Amino acid sequence: MTDFLNTLGIMLYATLIYTAPLLYAALGSCFSEVSGVVNIGIEGMMTAGAFAGTVVAYFTGNPWVGFLCGGLAGAFFGMLHAIATVRLGADQTIAGTAINMLGPGIVIMIGMVVFGSTDSAPLNAAQKIPKLFTGVFDTATAFGRFMDNVFATYASTYLVFLVALLVWFIFYKTRFGLRLRACGEHPQACETLGINVIRMRFLCVCISGFLSGLGGACVTMAISTQFRPISIVGQGFIAIAAVIFGKFRPQGALIGCLLFGFCSGLKVVLGGSSGVNMQLLSMIPYVVTVIVLVLFVGKSHVPSANGKPYIKSK
Amino acid sequence: MTKKKGLLDFLSENKFIHILLSVVLGFLVGAIFLVAMGLPVGAAYGKLIDSVTSVSGFSNVIVYGVPYIVAGLSVAFSFKTGVFNIGAEGQFVMGSIAAAVVGILCGGLPKWILIPLCFLAAMAAGAIWGCIVALLKTQRGINEVLSMIMFNWIAFYLSNFIAGLPGIKNTGSTEATQNISDNAMLQLSKEFTKAHGLANTSNWGILVAIFVMLLVWFIIEKTTLGYELKAVGSNKYAAEYGGINVNRSIFVSLAISGALAGLAGALLLMGRGKRVSIFSAQEGYGFAGIVVALIGCSNPFGVFVAGLFYGALMFGGSKLTLVKSAAGKSIPSQLTSVIIGTVVFFISISVIFRYIKYLKIRRHKPDAASAAKG
Repeated sequence: MTDFLNTLGIMLYATLIYTAPLLYAALGSCFSEVSGVVNIGIEGMMTAGAFAGTVVAYFTGNPWVGFLCGGLAGAFFGMLHAIATVRLGADQTIAGTAINMLGPGIVIMIGMVVFGSTDSAPLNAAQKIPKLFTGVFDTATAFGRFMDNVFATYASTYLVFLVALLVWFIFYKTRFGLRLRACGEHPQACETLGINVIRMRFLCVCISGFLSGLGGACVTMAISTQFRPISIVGQGFIAIAAVIFGKFRPQGALIGCLLFGFCSGLKVVLGGSSGVNMQLLSMIPYVVTVIVLVLFVGKSHVPSANGKPYIKSK
Repeated sequence: MTKKKGLLDFLSENKFIHILLSVVLGFLVGAIFLVAMGLPVGAAYGKLIDSVTSVSGFSNVIVYGVPYIVAGLSVAFSFKTGVFNIGAEGQFVMGSIAAAVVGILCGGLPKWILIPLCFLAAMAAGAIWGCIVALLKTQRGINEVLSMIMFNWIAFYLSNFIAGLPGIKNTGSTEATQNISDNAMLQLSKEFTKAHGLANTSNWGILVAIFVMLLVWFIIEKTTLGYELKAVGSNKYAAEYGGINVNRSIFVSLAISGALAGLAGALLLMGRGKRVSIFSAQEGYGFAGIVVALIGCSNPFGVFVAGLFYGALMFGGSKLTLVKSAAGKSIPSQLTSVIIGTVVFFISISVIFRYIKYLKIRRHKPDAASAAKG
């Protein structure tokens, strides 16, 4: 029983740890996609956020300033994407691909100059995002240890669930959210009702960059301790996948990210105990996602105007 | 309405000028970054140009460029047919490992059987990877971008798994497969490369790339199949109305695109790599293929040039770290990512000329309407 609780605790902990960065980015992706702009550049924005967060935290010593700057760095690349796609009517896939090259390229170049290496200097405990609830639970009892295993994790992990709730509220309970969703479905109709589609989309793409940046910063400032070129490998694409999986709804994206995080947790636990090949175990999250898609989810509704540049007509 | 051809029309109609302009801007932005970081621009670009213009340098550019060209052709083919093959990465990896397995296990076969066999294995593996995604889409309506991202990673781990199997894995401590049989390698003879001052990895791969380029052009432009695929790519509903089986078209498109990406993986292995490593992160040849296809405007000949351009920057970029600034700092090879990223960024925006023109036309319409009324 104790062993089981321990294992379960580790697994849930791993689930939370893996889910957090994906969920930040996925919520970001929701903003952009639902407003009608395909943002395949999430990966590049995450990398920029991961780097900026670590560097600022390293030099200021304040993890929260770093975390915020990670978001802002992501937002900067989000703005680049917005300028190209929303203002200038660029092809959204091409611009996003460019962001995926520019983001890592620029930050690693800066890293080479600042640190003389592609890796950043490691953060110490005070510069990392703090853990919450350490010492709150009594680790002498089995249940206390379980709770400690699960909940003594980084503050950024809890924050993301609040953000998810906030995003859901914005999307479905505010006027802004209604307008945002309308922009992705029928921009011309929005314009006739006096909504500034261009401004809405611009803002949404910037927000998507900001949240992606936070997601990236969460990887390097909480899960690991330094920025490395392979810190962000594919999480951005997984986040996009989670959004499509969740049928372009924040609550759906949450489920997608949790499923993915849970499978990653499963991988960690199985990898420790069973003799199964690690490479095969690593496939679990991806295989399970496909299976769940085939069995339960099926076709997803893409916002009608998604991917189409909006040109204001006179 | 007769209108004088202005600068705008010229820019909006000439793709070549767009791309050239984007490339110039890419190098300009790269230079700005170098200056901002206090690194010598002249020395960096000098090294870049030097390392790719010598005979051995240019032969290296070709060697580096071949997998990019073929991966680019794979993505370009999918673009033409209305599918965004973001799964080229996984298909590439599957092609590479399939060719490696054949090249290791059937190493005793003579060259003229083994090489085509490796190619076939790679193309089959890539095509299967593409077909799975197509089936999921056509049978279950699953978004292809989503399943491709998943299958990229499944391919990645599957390749790592296969590379680590006994009988395939290197007996030494290296985390990689054994070297494939020399009979599976496309390399030119050592005497020949030495006599002509070529890079010692020079190989026949470029001929395959040229053949694939012509083949893709032929399929798209000269065959009924290509016509159908293109029709689906430009308007799915119209194509369906016209009696084209859209599901079949998506299937065929991804099968061909996947086979080409798999072939690109085999060309990397049999031309330069010699073995498949157990990687910790995706290598990104498939994603590079997307970039190459975009720079080449999905035109087979354009993609060929773009692939060489990409290969040149990758090879030149790997030599950049040799250049030191006055302060002793070396030039980061990521400079090339910044340059290529900027090029692609401006290629995406260059569409702007077309839209400005479109706006101008739209603006004329209401006037015409009110004039008609009056």
